Amino acid sequence: MTTELSVARGRGSEPRPPRRDDNDDIGPGKLSWRYRLTNLDVKVSPYLYIAPFFVLFAAVGLFPLLYTAYISLFEWELGADEQPFVGIDNYSTLLADSQFWNAMVNTFSIFAISTIPQVIIAVLLAALLNTALRGRTGWRMGVLLPYVASLVALTIIFGDLFGVQYGTINNVVEFFGFDRIDWQAERWWSHVAIATMVNWRWTGYNALIVLAAMQAIPRDVYEAAWVDGASKARQFFSITLPMLRPTLIFVIVTSTIGGLQIFTEPLLFSPSAGANGGATNQYQTVVLYMYQAGFQSQDLGYASAMAWVLFIVIIAIAGINFLLTRRLASSGEA
Amino acid sequence: MATITDRPAPSAAPPKPAKRRRSKAVSLSERRPGFTVYGILIAFILGSAFPFYWSFLVASHDDATFTAEAPLLPGGNFFVNAGRVLDTIPFWKALGNSVIVSGTVTVSVVVLSTLAGFAFAKLRFKGRGPLMVFVVATLAVPTQLGIIPLYMVMAEYGWSGTLGAVIVPNLVTAFGVFWMRQYIADAVPDELIEAARMDGCSMIRTFWHVCLPAVRPAAAMLGIFTFMMSWNDFLWPLIVLNADNPTMQVALEKLQSGYYVDKTLVLAGTTMATVPILIVFLVLGRQIVAGIMQGAVKG
Repeated sequence: MTTELSVARGRGSEPRPPRRDDNDDIGPGKLSWRYRLTNLDVKVSPYLYIAPFFVLFAAVGLFPLLYTAYISLFEWELGADEQPFVGIDNYSTLLADSQFWNAMVNTFSIFAISTIPQVIIAVLLAALLNTALRGRTGWRMGVLLPYVASLVALTIIFGDLFGVQYGTINNVVEFFGFDRIDWQAERWWSHVAIATMVNWRWTGYNALIVLAAMQAIPRDVYEAAWVDGASKARQFFSITLPMLRPTLIFVIVTSTIGGLQIFTEPLLFSPSAGANGGATNQYQTVVLYMYQAGFQSQDLGYASAMAWVLFIVIIAIAGINFLLTRRLASSGEA
Repeated sequence: MATITDRPAPSAAPPKPAKRRRSKAVSLSERRPGFTVYGILIAFILGSAFPFYWSFLVASHDDATFTAEAPLLPGGNFFVNAGRVLDTIPFWKALGNSVIVSGTVTVSVVVLSTLAGFAFAKLRFKGRGPLMVFVVATLAVPTQLGIIPLYMVMAEYGWSGTLGAVIVPNLVTAFGVFWMRQYIADAVPDELIEAARMDGCSMIRTFWHVCLPAVRPAAAMLGIFTFMMSWNDFLWPLIVLNADNPTMQVALEKLQSGYYVDKTLVLAGTTMATVPILIVFLVLGRQIVAGIMQGAVKG
């Protein structure tokens, strides 16, 4: 704002009036319009800058979630003339729905098979990347390759690799003298196959997060251990792992929030099964069931109830984790 | 993992053999890693790259040959299959749509997050604390679960099938605001802002001339991550778009859904969809790695 002073005196002879902070108390009668404008600028600008986020988030994030809760209390068929209020009927139906529990078990099962090995491998991979490698950035980019690729494309490719009759993976299995595995029909193996896709995608990414945490560990701790004659393995288990605990929890939690919403992999795993998640829903996940109920069976009320139950589960897990992290942070020595 | 440092060792330590000084003392190992470490890493990266190779391998043969012989080297049939992909799905349109959607979403998220981040990091106003707590709290909220009312709203206003329906719900992210706030708090000194204010800059000019130049790296990173997330988004576009006007991901899904699946055709499509991403990755991989190591979070 470089407007001319409204006082018509000799140009330049006037020193500029001192700028005042908005906290200044100044006497009455000294309020120039310009001062007021600045004051307004200071007061209002922050709200203007954060308004777009809050307005948009309210419209496309918060409102839909709350409205989902509202819809879940109705018998809300897509395209029906009226939507009768049914109270918590959708919820009681849902909790008695074996397909829903099946989907819950599948979701947690796939999540467990994918998270546990993933974290272990990520830590080991980070330890390897934490050595004096030649061409460090190249290696780091290399392990990140799966993360950037298109999830849909990769799921389709993996679906092909896991094919029963002609799948490459079964050819390898047979080569080693085992029987071919029906990756799609057998519940356990279908979970393993889907978890493999998740692991393949996220292990490198998580390894980089762990690597960053490893590099933040002060080196004199290792030095002291080295002086005391601790072996490398001992240093890893007694120093590195405990120091990584907060990061590992963070990785596990983000994996949880993502893993409980798994959808693309089971939908595209087998082209013919679609949203069923296999002939007997053996790998149907909760979000996949929600998609099927809401957008294929057109039962929006029921799907909304499912969304809310899943939402509460996710928030509960995130909350438990928050408490865990806080306890660890207060009891930890770092 | 014994350490190597350029600092003098603690006096109690036995004298260490002299080590080669390196300009960046970041290593935690005594010497260059051996063959085993490189071997494991190479195996891991080959495993990471295999599906891409497989996709191209299948796409470069014709269906009959592939079923009969299961070759391990690429054939010369890729462009034939690529042509069939172009006939089967509106590939170029899908690519253009994905660029439009991801580009718009990226610009919007970066601009709005930087503005809000600046306000939260550097300006004083009533309610700043609680509002920021609100932003952090929404980080854990899976907005995906609000798709049912979103769909109803889009259907109500006749937006279904348009790109706007995919763009609007993604115009802001809590993660973006949080990320920019953390960065601006550290990267922009208060004195600089004070100085600009003293010189008579309005708020917006202060933001433009003082804050923006300093946060370019963080904004670029946020942009890359937002673009990738938006490019790979699938559930919502699948619901709200149709086969005539798809994004890349939705088009691929349509390519695959059918009773008889021609592998060579489908995997030609996945190969073609992967190439642009690989190019972007080769150009920006360094920044992506840096972004994750600075504490990027899954969206």
